[in-house]
Amino acid sequence: MTTAIAPSQRFIRTRHVARKERQQSLAKWLFFSMTVAMIIPLVAIVAFLLWKAAPSLDWQFIVDVPKRGMREGGIWPAFTGTLYLVVISLAVSAPIGVLAAIYLNEYAKDNWLNRLINLAVINLAGVPSIVHALFGLGAFVYAAKLGYSILAASLTLAIMTLPVIIASTREALSSVPRSFREACWNVGATRWQTIRSIVLPNSISGILTGVILQVSRAAGETAPVMFTGAVFFKAVEKGTLFSYGLNDQCMALSMHLYTVSTQVPNVKESIPFATAVVLLATVLLVNVSAIGLRVWLRNRKKW
Amino acid sequence: MSAAHQIAISTRALDLWYGAFQALRNINVSIKDGIITSLIGPSGCGKTTLLRCFNRVNERYGNVRTSGTIELLGKNIYDPDISLIELRKSVGMVFQRPNPLPISVYENVVFGLRIHAAGGRPHKAELDMAVEKSLTEVGLWKDLKDRLNDRATSLQLEQQQKLCIARLLPLKPEIILMDEPCSALDVEGTRGIEELMFALRGRYTIVIVTHNMAQARRASDECIFMLLGELVEHTRTNDLFLNPKNPKTEEYIEGRYG
Repeated sequence: MTTAIAPSQRFIRTRHVARKERQQSLAKWLFFSMTVAMIIPLVAIVAFLLWKAAPSLDWQFIVDVPKRGMREGGIWPAFTGTLYLVVISLAVSAPIGVLAAIYLNEYAKDNWLNRLINLAVINLAGVPSIVHALFGLGAFVYAAKLGYSILAASLTLAIMTLPVIIASTREALSSVPRSFREACWNVGATRWQTIRSIVLPNSISGILTGVILQVSRAAGETAPVMFTGAVFFKAVEKGTLFSYGLNDQCMALSMHLYTVSTQVPNVKESIPFATAVVLLATVLLVNVSAIGLRVWLRNRKKW
Repeated sequence: MSAAHQIAISTRALDLWYGAFQALRNINVSIKDGIITSLIGPSGCGKTTLLRCFNRVNERYGNVRTSGTIELLGKNIYDPDISLIELRKSVGMVFQRPNPLPISVYENVVFGLRIHAAGGRPHKAELDMAVEKSLTEVGLWKDLKDRLNDRATSLQLEQQQKLCIARLLPLKPEIILMDEPCSALDVEGTRGIEELMFALRGRYTIVIVTHNMAQARRASDECIFMLLGELVEHTRTNDLFLNPKNPKTEEYIEGRYG
């Protein structure tokens, strides 16, 4: 049964439709403007930093040591200090985190204990870094008698990055389709054979990305290293890579930035900005390489 | 085949629970050696669960509890000296969606040999032979002999499913379990798999779960009808479809529920 609508009046744009279309375009513009609002500060920060840092920014700045009470010179000791902290902390947290995640995801039964551990891991990942700093101070500096040292600071950073590594590794492992595991089990593969031959090769890109992304966190955090092993100034030789021992204290980029910005009077204006740019660039470089690695590994797998 | 078939699988008083939910109730069944037996019934009747009992892979899916006995070729698979690895080597499974591993065709076929190799690597010649033999047996050798290094996941679905069957053969399984092996395939693919099942009959005991009653009728020697976790009827396929003894079976095969 058709109602009596004149053919010329069919399918035309009524006032009701026009209102819906207006709402739709309003929504689109709202979302677009928020995207712009997000991008502007990002670009502004980077541009501002680069502009301010330009006078000091050259290769010498990276490989030179601070001079005249940090009012001149470069950031080499802080740069290598951060390198030490990041490498040692990840050398500790990556194996523990990845292997624990494999256990939790592939072996542990899905019971209340496993769920509790999962909840704890997620919550630990959200603990503020200053809390980790205090823990590190109590546990590594005092209780374990490591003193204020690279080792204590690295272990503190390791504790801080561990939960995130566990969470991201579990994520990567659970993205491997269950049907692959079923195929293995049903020809009599042990869990370890399944993990080694199928699960790991297909999740390694996600696992590595998760680990590498923690580099930027370990490099950027100030509180944990300030409490446990980073110092105001440490005299090292210009341009040498192996200038610290494990039990030494060290300088770190994030801490150095804080120092030259707030603790030292009459610092050349461009120095704090140049330090920030180096920190930013290092982190960016690491993240870009993580993305590159991910793309490369993903192109090798097709399912 | 001897006149009186030997029994490949027999269960006695088999109950199974997923947590508090009882999925199988007092299943007593004897599945004969060397023939194709189909499991039919509406969704959720427990046919896949029963199938997964036969190589105890159920236990990998979390909170499962069973009681009763399952004897495979005369041995109770719940005996304490059972190795699940050896059991699953002899009782392979094929799934709804073809699940070739994301490695080459060649590596898929020899996967079982590699993981079961006792000490050292298996010889290349031995592996090559196994690949040719298994792929020939499932009718893929002619098509794939020049594509052995291709990724298995790049094959057509029918080829993938045949490859999944070929993957079981180098381990010399006694029983092949198939869980709706054709539900992801088109008419041609289904025909291909069914023909392969006929070719394998006799050498292997095949148990197939299917949603498709026409397939059960075409492709199986005996048929088991299940409903709500219970075994309703188990008899020769022709008898089940022509003279069902239980009214529930009759109603199901006439399509009054399902």
